[in-house]
Amino acid sequence: MHGSRLRRNLLTALLLGPATAWLVVFLVLPFIAIAVFSVGERAPEGGYQAAFTFAQYANLPARATAFWNTMVLAPVGALACLLVAYPVAYYLALRAPQRWRLILLALVVIPFWTSLLMRTYAWMYVLGGRGIPALLAYIGFEDVRLINTPGAVLLGIVYGYLPLMILPIYVSLERLDRRLLEASADLGATPLSTFLGVTLKLSLPGVMTGFSLVMILLLGEYLIPTLLGGGKVFFIGNALVDLFLQSRNWPFGSAIAITLVLVSVVVLIAANRISTRVSGARRVDLI
Amino acid sequence: MSKSYRDGLPISPENFVDQLMRLKRGSIGRRDFLGLTGLGIATAVMAREIGIMPTPAFAAESLGDRMSIATWPNYHDPATFENFKKDTGVAVEVNVFGSNEEMLAKLQAGASGWSLFVPTNYTISTYKKLGIIEPLEMAKLPNFDGSQEDPRFTSEGTIEGVTYAVPKNWGTTGFAVNTKKLTKPMTSWKEFWDTAMAEGDSRTMVHDYQLTTIGNALKYYGYSFNSLKQDELAKAEELLLKVKPHLFAVSSDYQPGMRAGDAWMTMCWTNDGAQLHRDIPEIAYVLGKEGGEIWTDFYAIPKDAPNKPAGYALLNYLMNPQVAVKEHLANGAPSTDARVNKLLPKEVLDNPILYPAADLLTPLEFGAAATLTDPGRAELMARFKSA
Repeated sequence: MHGSRLRRNLLTALLLGPATAWLVVFLVLPFIAIAVFSVGERAPEGGYQAAFTFAQYANLPARATAFWNTMVLAPVGALACLLVAYPVAYYLALRAPQRWRLILLALVVIPFWTSLLMRTYAWMYVLGGRGIPALLAYIGFEDVRLINTPGAVLLGIVYGYLPLMILPIYVSLERLDRRLLEASADLGATPLSTFLGVTLKLSLPGVMTGFSLVMILLLGEYLIPTLLGGGKVFFIGNALVDLFLQSRNWPFGSAIAITLVLVSVVVLIAANRISTRVSGARRVDLI
Repeated sequence: MSKSYRDGLPISPENFVDQLMRLKRGSIGRRDFLGLTGLGIATAVMAREIGIMPTPAFAAESLGDRMSIATWPNYHDPATFENFKKDTGVAVEVNVFGSNEEMLAKLQAGASGWSLFVPTNYTISTYKKLGIIEPLEMAKLPNFDGSQEDPRFTSEGTIEGVTYAVPKNWGTTGFAVNTKKLTKPMTSWKEFWDTAMAEGDSRTMVHDYQLTTIGNALKYYGYSFNSLKQDELAKAEELLLKVKPHLFAVSSDYQPGMRAGDAWMTMCWTNDGAQLHRDIPEIAYVLGKEGGEIWTDFYAIPKDAPNKPAGYALLNYLMNPQVAVKEHLANGAPSTDARVNKLLPKEVLDNPILYPAADLLTPLEFGAAATLTDPGRAELMARFKSA
């Protein structure tokens, strides 16, 4: 009896070991290193020199614009993704013929097999002067510029993160009990109020999951604004890249990184709370 | 989180596009593309870093079978490395970089894995001070002949009589203009910045690089390219913030935009200017008459180079004028070596993009070490980019 419990504990430890070691080595230790850096000072030639000061945190307002841009981009980008993703997920879950469903779902996921970097480069050429603007020039609209505009950034974001939004919404719609829809119709609800009162409401957990997934990834986004926005809009991800690779102010970069992690956690908790409330106190695990 | 695949990229996005453009123009083969962008060797590098593959021995003349070099985009004749491999059996991994700061950051972090790299003049004293580079063993570089080097371009490789780096080539920083789109002739940085806010509105690019973007904004007022004076930098910042909303992009990857016709004017380095003009004749290269930057790129060997013998062997190979001349024809930047210049065809030596008139060269300044590491300029750049 006692021995078997010991064996079970040992087995649990053994099975959890690799994952724990992985997290300690690649998450906890780097996080500690970043935290230590963040209270240090920039060495005269750049990099890190040991110190204990909160000067880096006091300096955070120097990147206020970057934080602000990120705080706008993340929800706006996630919302744009949601508006595009919901109808797709709805069609896939409730309207698409059964035999097509798997193929259509695969089509949603397949672009993920290629690196986002490659796909974003493809957009650079599609939107660049030799892409769509060349076609427009052919029919008489000269010198149209699509690349390096806010619209191009939004397009890139929606394109890049769409599958992350579609899949959770699809899952929650797919589980939907169809009899509820029939009941709603039988009781005289219009299709619109059925959608708002039943379908949308029951799919909210999926919506919130997709929304927070996309939003948290967008908080660290720097590639799409750089490539499709021409580097003119500066997000917190861009600030981090510059601080580590250009001005080599590691302590300030670390302080910003820590702050970004804390902000992400707050966003996650807030999203979780909201989601719990709107889905009628049903607890939803977002991650 | 899901970003790990980007963080580990062997090449920055900017350089990747450079190489992609070259591939599209057919100036490199697909295998070279994989090699140059580092995509092809990524797995091999990883295998080596975690110790699966044998580390090259430090034995006297053993060159091992591979080494890596950190350099700039569009900077080498791919055939150079293939021939080097044929001669020595050493495969060269090429890591392409976008800025000196990025190279410095990688070397400061340690274990870069490079056995040779290409720093620009103003970084060498910093590398020496940080103990990242060591004096070169000149006996291992018989192909280098200091007496044939133009001292104007080579002095910063030698500190207190000790040679830490030997020159590769030199060049200038001016701007490229699509003269079909912007027909008014321009000769100065003042015109560059004014045009960016007028006819060149939303079609002008500046470097994503504090040294040149701030430096050339300082030239608008005739201040030194390297100025660290508060009041002068404040004026430059005022100009930059005023121009910002009119820009097409803040990026050092300007060839694709210029080639596609999205951008009409950009800050530009000699070699890119020569390449753009060669392929699209209406793109002109202009040196601001107020001055601006002149630079020399050097070769140096990191102190912690994993394969020093191969680093020296490749460096010596590159110093052979017969090899260097091909490098020069491929990258389009002028050589510092008189022996190489003798081998160059006349039309190259007569190209005013590569060899500007003396009166345009005189006011140019070499970037200063203090400019590179100045935190004030770095913060100014961040304010400009986030504006």
